[in-house]
Amino acid sequence: MNKQLICIVCPRGCHLEAQIDKDNIIVNGNNCVRGMSYAIEEINNPKRNIASTIAVRNGKYKVVSVATTKPIAKSKIFEVMEIIKKLEAIAPVKAGQVVLENIDEDGTNLVITRNMEALYE
Amino acid sequence: MKSYDIVVIGGGPAGLSAAIKAKENGCDNVVILERDARLGGILNQCIHHGFGLQTFGKELTGPYYAQMYIDKIKEFDIEYKLNSMVFDIQDEYIYYLSPTDGLSKTKYKAVIFAMGCRERTRENLTIPGNRCSGVYTAGTAQYLLNIEGYLPGKEVVILGSGDIGLIMARRLTLEGAHVKAVYEIMEHPGGLNRNIVQCLDDYNIPLYLSHTITKINGNGRISSVEIAKVDSSRNVIEGTNEVVECDTLLLSVGLLPEIELMKKIGVIFDKRTGGPIINSEMQTNINNIFACGNVAYVHDLVDIVSYDGEVAGKNAAEFIKRKNINKYYIKNIPGDNILVSIPQIISNNKTTIRFRVKKFIHKGKIVIRNNDEIVLEKNIKNYSSSEMHSIDFITNKSMKEIIIQVIENE
Repeated sequence: MNKQLICIVCPRGCHLEAQIDKDNIIVNGNNCVRGMSYAIEEINNPKRNIASTIAVRNGKYKVVSVATTKPIAKSKIFEVMEIIKKLEAIAPVKAGQVVLENIDEDGTNLVITRNMEALYE
Repeated sequence: MKSYDIVVIGGGPAGLSAAIKAKENGCDNVVILERDARLGGILNQCIHHGFGLQTFGKELTGPYYAQMYIDKIKEFDIEYKLNSMVFDIQDEYIYYLSPTDGLSKTKYKAVIFAMGCRERTRENLTIPGNRCSGVYTAGTAQYLLNIEGYLPGKEVVILGSGDIGLIMARRLTLEGAHVKAVYEIMEHPGGLNRNIVQCLDDYNIPLYLSHTITKINGNGRISSVEIAKVDSSRNVIEGTNEVVECDTLLLSVGLLPEIELMKKIGVIFDKRTGGPIINSEMQTNINNIFACGNVAYVHDLVDIVSYDGEVAGKNAAEFIKRKNINKYYIKNIPGDNILVSIPQIISNNKTTIRFRVKKFIHKGKIVIRNNDEIVLEKNIKNYSSSEMHSIDFITNKSMKEIIIQVIENE
């Protein structure tokens, strides 16, 4: 079976073609090695990086941006979003600070992606 | 009253890298004037991944990318003023308004413009109908959501399939809104392929090419839009009208370099890019005025914005030291199938020419001519019209003007 895919790893967006056999997946059209791994994973276990915001208390702004440390299973996106919506941080916060460990029960953490100062020290 | 050697207007990615490079090249008396409450520019609201692959080898979120440069600003002790809006420039003075300095002016030896772009609005497009609330440019909706924490609406229609519209389609969906459709007037999507996949396909959001919005309806708040199919000349096809109910309309229909300040001092512009005519050193027609980032031309990747900022910063610093920064004055003229070609003046031995093609080129070649002589030819494949491409160009003394074109194979 043949499957057409567009690689999302980098802005090039190479058009990939995957030939799927019983045990093998052969990938064509990738301009780098990451495209090959992407195609195989996209067929077997598609994953996405998620970025969102959470409420901040005592921060210069009301929300702060967060992101997953690695892509999560596509099927878990909305489940993870439900968890993210309930999270809160207290300023000051730093880029890289972990908000929640193992948010997808597969070793992905949720981290804050910027510094934010406290409104009141 | 202070006097700075280099004033950088705008503290987004372009201004940040320009200021850092200026300092690294020996200019201690630099200042960044930023109108917002913090540095980072548009990156502050671009919370998604996709930034920095070329610069850092991995894809960071917008704010994280900005933080890398903000940390350097602090490390190098580069002065910056926040909440400081430049509103006039004349007679070698810059006038700005700031909470700390009040109404102020500063003398300068060189200026680096790095103010970015504004978004094209409903008014620019003259979409008829009611003047109701719930109509936003995609960037404004992004600001409201990612900075202020508001959900702009629940039943959303998006006009324009540029990257900003696509990114917001995903963002709104993740936050629980229902994005009903994206309408694109052209026959092909405006943004990157990867964004069609990860922003629309992933969430089953339909994309209607060759469609536009002909009317906005709403009493107080928007309640529906009227959409229609268009032909290849972008004219509405009779009888294809449909009413689509919604409570929010996002417009992602183009970016316009914010050039108002530059107009005041006699900078000359390129109608194609909407920005100033610049040379290989990011210099405008006025030799102590530089421009970089989106204000010079609309970029696709922030890595190139940072790169251009570095060029501007380095050359502004060299210029002040009275060093000769240009070698040539060669006009770079866009020919067949070329929409824009930058820099408009090639002024150095080796320049990376960045250009956009007018349509998708499956197989063809880039041809650069000096008078009638071909000086560069390169075979190309699958050149999208939605992205900027580049080619390195080596000059020689005999050149006065070159024409760059893309010839499609039969």
